[in-house]
Amino acid sequence: MSESQEYKYIGQRTIRPDGFDKVTGRADFGADLSLPGMIWGKILRSPHAHARIKNIDTSKAEAHPDVMAVVTHQDFPAVSAGGFAVGEGQVDFKDLSRNVLADDKVLYHGHAIAAIAAKSEAAAEAALSLIEIDFDVLMPVLDIAEAMKPDSPLLHDDLFTQGLAEQPEKASNIASRMELKKGDVDAGFAAADVVVERDFSTPTVHQGYIEPHATTVRYDEDGQSMVWCSTQGHFDVRAIISTLLSMDLSKLKVVASEIGGGFGAKTTVYLEPVALMLSKKSGRPVKMAMTRDEVFRASGPGSATRSRVKIGATKDGTITAMQAQLNYAAGAFKGSPMGPGCMTAFTPYDVENMYVEGYDVVVNKPKAAAYRAPGAPQAEFAAEMAVNELADKLGIDPIEFRLQNAAKEGTQTIYGPQLKVVGLVECLEAAKNSPQYKQALAENQGRGLAAGFWFNIGGQSSVVINMKPDGTGTIVEGSPDIGGSRASMQMMAAETLGIDTSRLTPVVADTEHIAYSATTGGSRTTFATGMAVIEAAEDVVRQLKERAAAVWNVTVEQIDWADGVATNVASGDKLSVADICETADKTGGQVSGRANINARGAGPSFAVHLCDVEVDKETGKTGVVRYTAIQDAGKAIHPSYVEGQYQGGAVQGIGWALNEEYVYSEDGVMENAGFLDYRIPLSSDLPMIETVIVEVPNSFHPFGVRGVGETGIIPPLAAVATAVSDAIGVRMGDLPCSPPKVLKAIQDAS
Amino acid sequence: MTKTHVTTTVNGEDTEFLCEPNETLLSVLRNELQLTGTKEGCSSGDCGACSVTMNGRLVCSCLVLGVEAEGAEIGTVEGVSNKENLHIIQEKFLEHAALQCGICTPGLIVSTKALLEENPDPTEEEVRYYLAGNLCRCTGYDKIIRAVMDSAEVMRGGA
Repeated sequence: MSESQEYKYIGQRTIRPDGFDKVTGRADFGADLSLPGMIWGKILRSPHAHARIKNIDTSKAEAHPDVMAVVTHQDFPAVSAGGFAVGEGQVDFKDLSRNVLADDKVLYHGHAIAAIAAKSEAAAEAALSLIEIDFDVLMPVLDIAEAMKPDSPLLHDDLFTQGLAEQPEKASNIASRMELKKGDVDAGFAAADVVVERDFSTPTVHQGYIEPHATTVRYDEDGQSMVWCSTQGHFDVRAIISTLLSMDLSKLKVVASEIGGGFGAKTTVYLEPVALMLSKKSGRPVKMAMTRDEVFRASGPGSATRSRVKIGATKDGTITAMQAQLNYAAGAFKGSPMGPGCMTAFTPYDVENMYVEGYDVVVNKPKAAAYRAPGAPQAEFAAEMAVNELADKLGIDPIEFRLQNAAKEGTQTIYGPQLKVVGLVECLEAAKNSPQYKQALAENQGRGLAAGFWFNIGGQSSVVINMKPDGTGTIVEGSPDIGGSRASMQMMAAETLGIDTSRLTPVVADTEHIAYSATTGGSRTTFATGMAVIEAAEDVVRQLKERAAAVWNVTVEQIDWADGVATNVASGDKLSVADICETADKTGGQVSGRANINARGAGPSFAVHLCDVEVDKETGKTGVVRYTAIQDAGKAIHPSYVEGQYQGGAVQGIGWALNEEYVYSEDGVMENAGFLDYRIPLSSDLPMIETVIVEVPNSFHPFGVRGVGETGIIPPLAAVATAVSDAIGVRMGDLPCSPPKVLKAIQDAS
Repeated sequence: MTKTHVTTTVNGEDTEFLCEPNETLLSVLRNELQLTGTKEGCSSGDCGACSVTMNGRLVCSCLVLGVEAEGAEIGTVEGVSNKENLHIIQEKFLEHAALQCGICTPGLIVSTKALLEENPDPTEEEVRYYLAGNLCRCTGYDKIIRAVMDSAEVMRGGA
C-alpha cells in the first residue's frame, strides 16, 4: 500500500537467498546427510491400536549378524511428568518418552515399540521381524464421543480430568476441561430474536508435509553428540533430547537441516532420541527416515473435533450471545490444541455475551501435533458456519452481518486482553470490493465466506550480524526457515543498514553457533526474529558510526547516517559501509552486531476468505472455481512470500474441507495411509488463488509486521463448506465435504 | 544377495554402480551416487518428489529399479542447469516465488522441463494436469503454475 514507498528494500520481490540451492537440488534436507561409517535405523511399530505389552524378546534380532543395535523403552532413563512449552503447545516429557517408544502399552496402530540399527536400511527393516512381542489386545476407542463416556475403555489408568470443580477420583479419557466466559449468555439468548444451534465435526487430518521425518546422528561418549534433523526448532529438540536421554545440554549439538514442510508437526521429536540411543549402543552414526506410511500412522495429525455451537441475534443483526462446546481428540496422549480453539472460536466478533467450554480427550490415534494455527480451524469452522446460517436466517449479507459485529480495537476478548489495532474490518471491506464477490454464480455453484483469527506469538530470538572486510555481512539466526523467512531477514537487515540485500547472507546456525531461539511456529519468525535482525543491524550501524568517527577524529554526534553511508557533518566527507569495514582492523577490529530478545507485542492477523464452488450433483464431487484470500499482514516484507502463505493456507484448508480425513477400520487401523488415498489437493484440483494483502501496521514492530503464516488455514473450512451448502441447498456440518457425503446430503434432501 | 553391476548415463556422464536387484533407482541415485537432489516423499509414485527422466521419459525414480538403468540415459535435477547459468525454469521458479520449503522443487523442475519439451505452449489446464503428479503442500500451486506458464513463454520466445 502507500507506505511501501517509504522503503527501499521492504516490500520488494527479491530473489530469496537460499533459492539457488533449492532449485538446483543442492539444498540438504533431513534425509540428505550421510556420515562415514553410518548405519541405518528402523522402527518396529504396533500392529494393534490398543494393547498391553506383556513381553518383548529382542534376542533373535540382537543375534543377527547384520544388526548393530536394538533399543526399546527400557533403554531410556525414566523421566517424570512435566511440561515444557514448545511453539504454541506443551510437551509432557513422560508422555513424549512413551510416544517415542512405547512403555507398557501401545496406544495406536503404528506406535513405535522398538528400533534396530543395521548395516543397511533393508537389513534393519528385515531384522524387525525377529523381534517377538506378546500383546494383550485391548478394545480401541477412536471416537471422541465414545471416549468421553464414563464406561469407555481407558487409555491411561493414571489420567484424571484437570479443570473440574472437584478433583475426580476415577480415571478418564478426558484429560482436561476448560471454560471461558464473558457477560451472561443466558440473558444474551433471551434477548435474541433468532437463534441457531448446530453440531459440527471435523476429521483427523495430517499436515501432509512432503518431506518425511528424517535424522542423522552421531553419539559421542566423550565429547559432543550431533543430531542433524528436519525440525522447526533445533534448540527445543536439544532440550527435549537432553531430557529424554538425561544428557547435559552442552553434550549435544543439534543442526537444523533444510526443512521440507512442517506446518507445526515438526516441533516435536519422533526419531531423534531413538537414533541417538541406537548410535550410542552401536558406536556408529545412524540415519533414520520415516516412510510415508509411518508419517501418516505415527506423526502429525491434526485433532479431530466434535462441537456444538449456539448463536443468537436480534432482527437488526446484532449478535447477542455466542456459545460453544468444543471437544478435541488429543490422540494417544493429552494435549490437543483445545485451549487455543476455545480462545479463537468467537474472537472475530465484538459480542457482549460469550461462553466456551472445551474438552481435551485421548483416543487410540497418534498423538496430535500442532497444525497451522493449532485448534483454530476446527473451532472457527463451527463458529463461522453458525454465523453464516444466522446471517441467512436474518436475511442479511454475510459481510454486512460481520461488519456489524466485527472485532476491532478495544474489543474485549473472551481470553483476557482487549484487542489492539486490528484489520478485520479492512479485510471485510476488501472482500466486499473484490471482483469475486461481484461475480454472479452459475448453475450448481455456491458461494461461501468466512473470517479467521489467530493471535500470533513473539518469543525469544537471537541474531548476530558479522560484517566482513568487503562490507558484506552474514546474518546468523537460530530460526529454521520453513517458507522463505531468510529473504525477509535479508530485506529487514538491508533496510536498516542501507546496503543492498545481495550484500547480506542469512544463515540458520546450529545450536552451538547462536544463542537460543524459540521454535519456528506461531507465525513468529518474521515478526520476532525480524525484530532481532533489525536490532542487530542497528547495533552494526551504531558501531560503524563509531568507527567513522574514529577515522575522522570527531564525535559520534557529528556523524550523519543515511542509506549505508556515514557523513562527517562538519566536512561533508563520506564513508560507505564497505569503506568502514575495509579499515576495521585499524579502528578496533571487525564489526559484529548482536541482539538477543524476547519479543512481545505480536500482532493478531485477521483474514477473510471467499470461495465459489461448483458441485456435480450426479456424483457429489465439488470443485473450487474461484477463491480469494484476504488477510492483514501488518506490513508485507516480501509480498510474494506473504501471498504464498495465504495461498498455501487456503489450499490446505480446502483439502481439509473437501477431501482429507483419516479413515479407520473398526479395530483402529488407518486405511488410507498414503498420498493416493489420503488425497491432498493437486494442481489439477484448483484454480488460481487470488490474494489481497491488507496492511494495518502492528505498532510493536519497527516495520509493522504481523505474523502471516497461520491465519490463512482458518477461514477455508467454513468458506468452502458454506459454498457447498449454498450450491446444494443443504447445510453441511461434518467435514470433509467429500463426494459420498455431499451426494448423500443431496439424496436425503430430495 | 549379490549386487548387480550397472552401466548407465546420468546427466550425460558415463556412470557405473553396484546395486541390490530390488533397490530402486531413487535409492541408487541418493545412496550410491550421492545425487541427493532427487527427493523421497512417498516411495509409492504418488508425490513426484523423486521425478527424473529415463531415456527422455518422465518417471518416478521410486518406481524404477536401479538395474533398469542399465544402458539408459537418466536425467536428474542436478543436470538441469549448466555450469554457468540456471535453466529458465529454475530462474522463473525463483522469480515467481514458486517454492516455500523447496522439497518438491527438484521434482517439479524436472517435470516442468519434461512438460515443456513435450508441449512448448501448454494451457493453464494442461500445466495443472501434467503437474498433478507433483505434490506441493506449501504453495497452493498458484505461483508454480505462473512460473511454468512464464517459463514456457520465455522459452518459446528464445527458440
